[in-house]
Amino acid sequence: MSNKPRRRLAQEELRRIIEFCRSVENKGLNPFLVNVEDLISVIREYFPGLKNPEDLSLDAEALNQVASIIKMQSEWVKRRATSLYRDPFLIEEKLRSLPTRDLAEVFLKTWHPTVELEQITIGSLKTAMKYWESLAPLSERWREEELIKVKAGMTTREELIKQGILRDETFLSEIEKLWRELKEAVGAEGKIDYWDFVGAESYGETLRRAYLTSFLVTYGYATLEIQPLEEKIFLKPNETPVSKTDAQPFSFPIPVNYERWRQWREQREE
Amino acid sequence: MIFYKRHREPGVKGWELRRRLGSDYPKVLQLLDEYLGNLGLTIKTVFEEDGSAPENPTIDQLDKAKFYVTLREELSLGDMKLVGWRIDDLAGLAVSLAYIISKGGKAPRKDLEGLLRTKLPGWRVDMNLNRYLRLGYLIEDENEQLYLGWRARVEVDQKKLIELLLEQET
Repeated sequence: MSNKPRRRLAQEELRRIIEFCRSVENKGLNPFLVNVEDLISVIREYFPGLKNPEDLSLDAEALNQVASIIKMQSEWVKRRATSLYRDPFLIEEKLRSLPTRDLAEVFLKTWHPTVELEQITIGSLKTAMKYWESLAPLSERWREEELIKVKAGMTTREELIKQGILRDETFLSEIEKLWRELKEAVGAEGKIDYWDFVGAESYGETLRRAYLTSFLVTYGYATLEIQPLEEKIFLKPNETPVSKTDAQPFSFPIPVNYERWRQWREQREE
Repeated sequence: MIFYKRHREPGVKGWELRRRLGSDYPKVLQLLDEYLGNLGLTIKTVFEEDGSAPENPTIDQLDKAKFYVTLREELSLGDMKLVGWRIDDLAGLAVSLAYIISKGGKAPRKDLEGLLRTKLPGWRVDMNLNRYLRLGYLIEDENEQLYLGWRARVEVDQKKLIELLLEQET
């Protein structure tokens, strides 16, 4: 037989095996009706002639389906060995012949409905009210989604001034002002939680403070203390700006997204 | 914890109880079961995989198991209305569960619909099956195969159901 008709025949046989195995599985038929050895011998016969990736994947699929049948056979034997096994035809016959009332009565003897509570508590009402109060109107939330679609990119100080995020003061004086604020904000511990420092009443102001704070750390006015296990970040002001020329520089990204800001604000209100 | 629903399902996992009550939680559950007994309730433990109870469950098996509160005693036909079920709907549920159990835990929806149609009008069959699915008695996959849902494993004594059915005189 030439190669082309043989290839077509192999494809047809493999597809037939796949369909056959699938129908046995889907209809829940006795898997022992399938002669696995026959199917394997067919697959083995055609395998040496298969070169095309499409044919090889068909071969793999057929083999996979045969493996499923073997698994079903194993489960079938296991199920028959359990105490729960009863002849399915006998049960179906009973289900067909028993009157509705008897079926319901039998079921009631084996049925123990779950007891569950669907009650609103004062606590959950309070949480719901808080959520509702802080929930932004739809128009704002939709606008946020639009903003999220914008690709991340670089920005400049001039651009931030233009957008009103930064005021047009000399940049260094703003940083020094924030440094003084940080020194005043830290308690006896000498450090403050990052979010407690950059967090502000509005999200825009929070972004502005986070941006300036990043320069506080970069220019050595403050140090970041990271506690990875507690997922906490602290800011520690330095008495004088520390030159970092000797230390190995590294970047530490801190996401300042809207959700995190809202979460911080809610926690603070609690 | 055990009574409230989370994600539309009541009950609590063993590891959740361990976190709240400590490693002695099986003892606490035993005491709770005794207390609930006076109210006609009991704690039902559903283990992982097929849900059946191992002879001596290990603490690891208990941690992975889920605990529910169910009625302790059997119900009678008179109680049926109290739990909000019509006799046809309850019989339909019995047929659905018994049929799936008899087929080894999985049956095509079409076959079950055919069986239910012998006693129920077509529109009611569809409505009932959807109700059983919604309540968690059944699960359906993308190939329209039906399986027993979480609620069937919790609430129904499968072995007893099959035995009683076969005992019935027709």
